[in-house]
Amino acid sequence: MDINVKINGKNVAFQIDPDDYLSETLRKYGYMSIRKGCDTSSCGLCTVWLDGKPVLSCSTLSVRANGAEVTTIEGLQKEAEDFASFLVSEGAEQCGFCSPGFIMTVLAMKKELKNPSEEEIKNYLNGNLCRCTGYVGQLRALKKYMGVE
Amino acid sequence: MISIREYELAESLEQAHEMLLKNRFNTIIGGGAFLRLGSKRINKAIDLSKLGLDYIEEDEHEIRIGAMATLRQLEMSSALLENFSGTVAESVKHIVGVQLRNIVTVGGTVYSRYGFSDPITALLALETYVDLYKGGRMSLDEFLEKGSPRDILTQVVIKKSMEKASFKMLRNSSGDYAIINACVAVKNGSIRIAAGARPARAKLAAAASEFISGRELSEENIEKAAQMAAEELDFGSNMRASADYRRQMCRVLVKRALMEV
Repeated sequence: MDINVKINGKNVAFQIDPDDYLSETLRKYGYMSIRKGCDTSSCGLCTVWLDGKPVLSCSTLSVRANGAEVTTIEGLQKEAEDFASFLVSEGAEQCGFCSPGFIMTVLAMKKELKNPSEEEIKNYLNGNLCRCTGYVGQLRALKKYMGVE
Repeated sequence: MISIREYELAESLEQAHEMLLKNRFNTIIGGGAFLRLGSKRINKAIDLSKLGLDYIEEDEHEIRIGAMATLRQLEMSSALLENFSGTVAESVKHIVGVQLRNIVTVGGTVYSRYGFSDPITALLALETYVDLYKGGRMSLDEFLEKGSPRDILTQVVIKKSMEKASFKMLRNSSGDYAIINACVAVKNGSIRIAAGARPARAKLAAAASEFISGRELSEENIEKAAQMAAEELDFGSNMRASADYRRQMCRVLVKRALMEV
């Protein structure tokens, strides 16, 4: 079946099967920032925005993107770079495999939360796993990026 | 692996229900997130997305939650944050991450009567009903016991009968499934105690609820009620925990919840 999606501001048509999940469809059409890390809906690496809300693309049926707006990190280069510089300056960037999904969640959080506490930041980012490092450096970078103590 | 042969966007509940009855492998899909982890074979996936069922409404007597509202909507709803001590919102807060909660629907969770569900336990301690397209209104308690096969859950209704509540759960790590959860709700000394992820689906602890209702919430009475709840409910073992551990922890969670109301 065919679906029409506005992806990163551009209208495109995807050909999908009813049981395709969005992560597969997006990778098939060349959006290679979509990573698949866990296969159990728990790592957050495949995060994209569906109508502005962060979702796990591995757990969203592709058909649900029909007529909707999808944003991947390919469409947010500037914002992503901006946050990445905070990560780098805290030494919190390692292999980078989890970065696209993690950054998509961070950018969504920036839109949604005003002046969050550390607790709120942690709660929002629960379900985004990084297997190289701990999360202390990331949290430092995040607090600076969010402009909170 | 899940397989879906056909997909159809329902135009009305009537049409969705007709499609559902046509073939026993036709299925209503909610968020579709948990389905992916199983190996269900679906002939036709019936999607309720376009029926406007993603609402949370409030009036002075009740809160109505449409089947397609997401867990994230539950978490952020001012109606649910301001009533029942914010317990319903609290119960979904620890489920994986924001990204999953933006997908998973209330209807998918409640209709499927998943044992691991945290919100079902919270809803059960409150006075909650489910509205079914064919079956009409049923208390959540009754629905959990009997189910209602080949029907469509259209909304969940929580009566504003409980004043305070407290939800507790235990997880191996944040975002994992609960090993055991419990919720206690109270109004004028009348108390309902529910526990879930036993790992079977949530259930009311009737004898413990009756014992503690109307009694002073003294340390001794709380201890006794928590003990009764742990004894009257049955627990099972799985990869997450043994039945015995769950029973012990259920007692602790019920006690802590009672201390908070």
